Amino acid sequence: MTVTAWTSLLVGASFLLYIVIAIRSRATSTGEFYIAGQHVPPLANGMATAADWMSAASFISMAGIISFSGYDGSVYLMGWTGGYVLLALLLAPYLRKFGKYTVPDFIGERYYSQTARLVAVICAIFISFTYVAGQMRGVGVVFSRFLEVDVTYGVIIGMAIVFIYAVLGGMKGITYTQVAQYCVLIFAFMVPAIFISLMVADTAIPQIGFGSTPDGEEMSLLARLDGLHEQLGFTKYTLGSGNTINLLAITFALMAGTAGLPHVIIRFYTVPSVRAARKSAGWALLFIAILYTTAPAVAVFARTNLIDTVENKSYAEIPDWFRKWEDTDLIAWVDKDGDGRVKYRAGNALDPAKPSFLEGRGVSGERLLSNTPTSNANELYVDRDIMVLANPEIAGLPNWVIALVAAGGLAAALSTAAGLLLVVSTSISHDLLRKWLRPDLSDREELLAARISAGAAVCIAGYLGINPPGYVAEVVAFAFGLAAASFFPAILMGIFMKRMNREGAISGMLVGLIFTASYIIYFRFLHPELDTVENWWWGISTKGIGTVGMCFNFMIAGIVRSFTPDPPEDVVRMVEEIRTPERRAG
Amino acid sequence: MGNDSDATEKYWRRNLRLIAVLLAIWATVSLGFGIALAPWLDQFKLPGTEFPLGFWFAQQGSIFTFVILIFVYSWRMNRLDDDFSAGQDGQ
Repeated sequence: MTVTAWTSLLVGASFLLYIVIAIRSRATSTGEFYIAGQHVPPLANGMATAADWMSAASFISMAGIISFSGYDGSVYLMGWTGGYVLLALLLAPYLRKFGKYTVPDFIGERYYSQTARLVAVICAIFISFTYVAGQMRGVGVVFSRFLEVDVTYGVIIGMAIVFIYAVLGGMKGITYTQVAQYCVLIFAFMVPAIFISLMVADTAIPQIGFGSTPDGEEMSLLARLDGLHEQLGFTKYTLGSGNTINLLAITFALMAGTAGLPHVIIRFYTVPSVRAARKSAGWALLFIAILYTTAPAVAVFARTNLIDTVENKSYAEIPDWFRKWEDTDLIAWVDKDGDGRVKYRAGNALDPAKPSFLEGRGVSGERLLSNTPTSNANELYVDRDIMVLANPEIAGLPNWVIALVAAGGLAAALSTAAGLLLVVSTSISHDLLRKWLRPDLSDREELLAARISAGAAVCIAGYLGINPPGYVAEVVAFAFGLAAASFFPAILMGIFMKRMNREGAISGMLVGLIFTASYIIYFRFLHPELDTVENWWWGISTKGIGTVGMCFNFMIAGIVRSFTPDPPEDVVRMVEEIRTPERRAG
Repeated sequence: MGNDSDATEKYWRRNLRLIAVLLAIWATVSLGFGIALAPWLDQFKLPGTEFPLGFWFAQQGSIFTFVILIFVYSWRMNRLDDDFSAGQDGQ
């Protein structure tokens, strides 16, 4: 069977599975729509959380990012997993004890203020839409690369699927499709990784393989890769760029941001008890760790493979996958020195860095480019996504494995999109309508409102996927920075500082938000030419500034609290109640 | 009533102590071993492998530790919850 046939079969089968699950788990009340009736077992919630969290970016791009940045890519690995420790120890059990539906709900009630709730709603919607645009785009891209469907139709097919299970089933439908999606995506990620590990390192465990010396070789894989890097003018793979303060700030911002992301937090409302919330956080991170510890191994294998296969080879002798991915714009080669051989060196080969192709072929048969070649020796452009997408082909794996990667990428994108859309929908129907504008809404009306806003959110997300704003990558830094500077400190103080009051929390959130947003907007949008380490405050980049915003949040909240009135008695009692363990039933 | 709030107080203090210990380990393996001390640790190899130690902590070791930390917290706290409930029922 051809790759396309296999891909259609696997993608079709997985979509059918999601729809069957959705029809079997329709939501009939707001409790089921918002938090799946709190009946989700910890293990299942762990899988659902893992699928919810691991997006198209984790599945397709992360191994590539690490592959191209080496040690410096570690900030994502540690940041995006370390956040779960904060979540499990500091937030999840208490929010589960609180037991209401949304993050803005907690902020609004804990700080007895509709203003606080509104600030939280706006942040939640903004963070979720930023993220979801990338997911929908991811769906379209997978469709176009593997099935030669136009990106627009790909996005529309993805929208239709999410629409069915999010609008019909709400959290209940999403949870059980996410469990299935986790299984699909982890299988799809691990199978090629294990194959390649067997080929390159003679072990079936990639986590061990990339730190070993293959039989018959003198040097370990990492030492050899470091050597290749030095030879070609890259920094050593296992060595960082050296800006320690910035690495610490980025890692911490990603950790606190992860812990503060509403679509992840909300998953812990769906389990039956506080004990289950704690356990399920452990399962979630275990399931995430399987992919996150494999990705750096894939990164090393793929990086070594790539250099070995292309460096100083003539265009004709490089294997077919090179030309296939060149046809889909992910690889470009410009023969600067005219010797017909590919030179892979440090630095951008092209100006602008992304290739734009012309009709026609060059002397060696390569596609011609309209970009200006840069003055350095590098002749090769490689899109980082190729490390996962093309890995099975580079390693010569069977067609069904290639098809599996497509199904896995779609599962990762769809599961994350659904979780985010639910946050948008509940923020509107519950926090804006029921708790603010229309308190007289009946449960049935609220459920209808939730379905309508979920449907509308899917359409907006689809539109953003078809017409992506040009700054998606920048905006993701935003999402984490804002979550770290607003939600995380506000919830943390709400639980651990009994006397934290409305005035303190709101001013803290606003200062954290405004500071972080201004810094990112200044360096990313207003003056991108100044976005270099000499101009950054304390040497911290826009990715890490959320950490500073968080510190300001804590400081301002503490200062304002000290000269404003204490919170009312019933709020203090609520905090005590959240901290006290529940009685075990029976 | 007095006993009740004493027990709650004690429960909360033990919870905070457990959190402090686990978060100290959390910060040490990631921000410490994985970043701040990584260049120095890289002169050693993870025993039995060819991983430079700092690099290994940054890309593997910290993540394994995080998983263990959460399960330890869950196990200890769920037991603490049991003790607390038992104490409550006995009064």
